[in-house]
Amino acid sequence: MKRIKTLKTRPMCVADGGCGECRTSCQSACKTSNGVANQSCENKEHIANRK
Amino acid sequence: MIHCFQAGGHNVVVDGNSGSIHICDDLTYDIIAFREGADAELALALVAESHPDITETELTGALAEISALVQSGQLYSAPPIEPEVIEERGQIHSGVVKALCLNVSHACNMRCAYCFAAKANGDGELMSFEVGKAALDFLIANSGHRRNLEVDFFGGEPLLNWEVVKRLVKYARSAEMAADKHFRFTLTTNGLDLTDEVLAFANREFQTVVLSLDGRKETHDRFRKLPDGTGSYVNVAKKISGFVKNRVGEYYIRATYTRENLDFVNDLTALNDLGFEYLSIEPVVCGANETYSLKDTDLNAILGEYDKLAEVLQKRKFNFYHFNLDLENGPCLNKRLSGCGSGSEYMAVTPDGGLYPCHRFVGDEKFIIGNVFEGVTRPDIVRQFASNNVFTNPECGECWAKLWCAGGCAANTYYASGNPGGIYKFGCELFKKRLEKAIQLAAGQ
Repeated sequence: MKRIKTLKTRPMCVADGGCGECRTSCQSACKTSNGVANQSCENKEHIANRK
Repeated sequence: MIHCFQAGGHNVVVDGNSGSIHICDDLTYDIIAFREGADAELALALVAESHPDITETELTGALAEISALVQSGQLYSAPPIEPEVIEERGQIHSGVVKALCLNVSHACNMRCAYCFAAKANGDGELMSFEVGKAALDFLIANSGHRRNLEVDFFGGEPLLNWEVVKRLVKYARSAEMAADKHFRFTLTTNGLDLTDEVLAFANREFQTVVLSLDGRKETHDRFRKLPDGTGSYVNVAKKISGFVKNRVGEYYIRATYTRENLDFVNDLTALNDLGFEYLSIEPVVCGANETYSLKDTDLNAILGEYDKLAEVLQKRKFNFYHFNLDLENGPCLNKRLSGCGSGSEYMAVTPDGGLYPCHRFVGDEKFIIGNVFEGVTRPDIVRQFASNNVFTNPECGECWAKLWCAGGCAANTYYASGNPGGIYKFGCELFKKRLEKAIQLAAGQ
């Protein structure tokens, strides 16, 4: 593409919805207003499969 | 469902359903932006007006690139899951509990005027080891196949019950191997009682330490006072600086902004000037009648401040918690649909063992879920929280940011709308702005 650069992102859909092993979003720094945008997947198998 | 915005010299198009983010040239950006709310023919007419010198070849090439993104499911994509599928499932969360906020101390050695916990924690009670142990046992017993379990030591001020905290960590470590679990601990503290001994223990055992410091001395001292009414900045800043200097592991300086410091970027830069590199600042949580509460009329100033912060981060290299964005390795779909899991995966425990949906609901008896000895006694409340997701909330439906926000904080929505599955519009605007800025910074990398 010459005109559009698409940032590399994780595909949104996971068949089983995910393993749930990642961190609970409110446990890290805010305690009052969090979303999940700043969270990371921690499933090594899923990460490896995406590479 | 797309969102187009221009920031930091970038033309950004976000495809909300797929999570794709495109950085466009002026022509493709205008074609996509004009197409929002207009038909394709009108969009092209508008493009022709704004790009009078465009050749047919250039236009054809631009349209082909846009078409390729549509074909590959990265633009104007369908939702990743149909709402009906979620409805059939009944709830997103599987019924396991994986995280607890342990209010180990409802006592505090400070008297911060804006503290949301102070009113709820009026009893000043400390959690006994027996209650804490029962909470950890409850967590293990209800965690199903989840291996990673999280416990935040919270308060009040948790360091006022430090010996119990240490015993609970020791107990959890002794239990995790047999149960095939891994505990991850967080400490949230005002910093006043930090010692070398706390530092050494925290470096060994705590994944994250969250330290409350509001920025400039005048900002901090305005609300964060000692019991004698004097400001705590001098004591706390010194303690926290010493702690962070020797901290091994993650920490965040967690500040609060109110109506009194809408120029809060100056507080973040003041913290950075002290050498702190991992920073977070949060909007105050309080009743609407408080003089320092954030008003709708403050919104534009606050949004502008996040713009300013993104500019500052071009020159200063500190980590701002809400601008962290893991694009390649972000959370899975379940998490994107339902967020923190409060009331189902995540609960708070009071010193007497009461279970609440999260730390923000503590003290509101309507929301007592059960207790750590008997377990959940109000499954109806758990079901209600577990069922909340971005598709059950019609106001989230058309929002481009919903799969990053995940519906937001249930407590914020409850206190704003009377419904934990409702909406907190002010918070929505803050979230979308922070996400735009995070994307802007990612686009610049």
